[in-house]
Amino acid sequence: MSADLALIGPVLAAMLTAATPLLFAALGELVVEKSGVLNLGVEGMMLVGAVCGFAVTAQTGSSTAGFAIAALAGAGTAALFGVLTLLLLANQVATGLALTLFGVGLSALIGQGFVGIPIPDVPELNIPGLTDLPVIGKALFGQDAVVYLGLAMVPAVHWFLYGTRRGLILRAVGENHAAAHALGYKVIRIRFLAVLFGGAMSGIAGAYLSLDYTPMWAEGITAGRGWIALALVVFATWKPGRVLLGAWLFGGVTIAQLHVQGLGIDIPSQLLSMLPYLATVVVLVLISRDIARIRLNAPASLGKVFHPDA
Amino acid sequence: MNRRTMGKTLAGLAAGAAIMALGVGAAGAQEKLKVGFVYVGPVSDHGYSYQHDQGRLAVEKELGDKVTTTFVENVPEGADAERVIEQLATSGHKLIFTTSFGFMNPTLKVAQRHPDVKFEHATGYKRAANVATYSARFYEGRTVIGQIAGKMTKSNIIGYIGSFPIPEVISGINAFTIAMREVNPKAEVRVVWVNSWYDPGKEAEAAKALIDQGADVLSLHTDSPAAIQVAQERGLYVFGQSSDMTRFGPKAHLTAIVDDWRNYYVTRVKAALDGSWKSQDTWGGFKDKMLFLAPYNPSLSPEIVAAAEKTRTDIMEGKRHSFQGPVKDQSGKVVIAEGKQATDEQILKMDWYVEGVQGKVPK
Repeated sequence: MSADLALIGPVLAAMLTAATPLLFAALGELVVEKSGVLNLGVEGMMLVGAVCGFAVTAQTGSSTAGFAIAALAGAGTAALFGVLTLLLLANQVATGLALTLFGVGLSALIGQGFVGIPIPDVPELNIPGLTDLPVIGKALFGQDAVVYLGLAMVPAVHWFLYGTRRGLILRAVGENHAAAHALGYKVIRIRFLAVLFGGAMSGIAGAYLSLDYTPMWAEGITAGRGWIALALVVFATWKPGRVLLGAWLFGGVTIAQLHVQGLGIDIPSQLLSMLPYLATVVVLVLISRDIARIRLNAPASLGKVFHPDA
Repeated sequence: MNRRTMGKTLAGLAAGAAIMALGVGAAGAQEKLKVGFVYVGPVSDHGYSYQHDQGRLAVEKELGDKVTTTFVENVPEGADAERVIEQLATSGHKLIFTTSFGFMNPTLKVAQRHPDVKFEHATGYKRAANVATYSARFYEGRTVIGQIAGKMTKSNIIGYIGSFPIPEVISGINAFTIAMREVNPKAEVRVVWVNSWYDPGKEAEAAKALIDQGADVLSLHTDSPAAIQVAQERGLYVFGQSSDMTRFGPKAHLTAIVDDWRNYYVTRVKAALDGSWKSQDTWGGFKDKMLFLAPYNPSLSPEIVAAAEKTRTDIMEGKRHSFQGPVKDQSGKVVIAEGKQATDEQILKMDWYVEGVQGKVPK
């Protein structure tokens, strides 16, 4: 049992926590995109969720309330996007980018009074016996509830999309909104609900960062994770299970490159930081080679404006 | 080589808004000297930009009847910076402090167009008749905390979180390591680069990775207090960076190297007022009050505090130098000979690790 083997447990635990915010944001965006809407404002919604969750937790001392408000705040920000793109038919790409810019500014404004304030820790799970297991105990049984909630969301989203009638309708709207409309489905309402869900998930992702991962508020605390989440959805070719794999890959490489440096192994850290993005590009190239495989999963109406009377 | 460029692309909007706000403050007070400050981060960062703003407030307090000050925060390094500096120069500011490395070229460009305006650029190396430069010898503080770290570690592994492998950071690592090995030859430093000045998430991950590898004392050269929180949670020790970060980890935070621009700003504004201002290069340390140490943690033993204070005063009085020869690099080659000290140029261009640092400098 060398020192290197003893590192496996902590590395696994760190990887799971690093993957959690990506998982939430990417799953939310996946549902949004499956309904045919491209919301590039994930980063902005995460920031608003992060600051609102932090503010509430700092005031009330309850991280549960913090996460709930973060989900609401994320959904509220997403509602703005929904009104602009679905009701007023604004361009989705431009509106999504604007939403990110708006989120950066708004979160900084709200967060002004909350810089440098400490908040209580989110309690971690502790199952006597299991949590104390060697190597994997802490990683598998010693995390906080949000990590497990994130993991549970993967089968839940998969089941919703592929196992329920509502999921089928949502996918139908994303594939061909005109046909879905002709069948009598309320395209705009369905998309709006999907957008709200995506916002709530982004809000939780942001709050996980500000309440749990690094319990503090700082401007721009998400540091680009919203964009990684967007890349993850494509990387996963719109499959919830692959989103989980992708989140672990991104999280794992982030953690691994820090360990590699600490151990003094001579690999440029920039190269390792680059790897997940390189993997995304490779996946994009691979799936682009086979048009049929993209068609299979990519929502055909993604990003297209829907006029009900057309 | 200071200061971040990342994540600031969006801040241009904020800068634009700030420019509009400037017009309001510019009215009235014709006879007072107008002094402008340009910050790369938000004043609320509780770190680098915050400390510069403390300097501005000191100027207001001391010379408030003779000067008015204006600041623009969140200014991205690049084209936006030039607009902001130009706006300050054309709106009657006669002395302008640009406080980040990336403002170097914009500052010089604007300075050329406004020979009657005086400029002060922090951490840069290009000067002109109306552009002075200033920076602090941050490495002097590293010598003191390195010594404390050498005495506090039990595992003999010190974790060091670096931002970018630039001379300013590397000379800090080296000064830290030299002082650490002097009191504890068995201790070694492990460095993790996060390639960012400010990414709390990544800094926390780096701290956890180093702790998992056995580090029991952390030092950082990044700007967020994330690593302080991690150390507090794990019950280990850490040194703050740029400003006093005690409240993020009252037990873990041993002390911090704090930038202090108050004295320098007041002196330079006074010089501008009485006409003695000249373009010059200032590189000050403890002696020049450009940095100081945050209060020592009460848990530090009196012996350790006394030794740290002695090191600090010795540096102030010139009895001790952070890079006193013989200094060996990782291969054991003597780079700074016995009896010699590193020259300023050697420190400003440092791109190698001393003995006791693990790993290689990223190229």
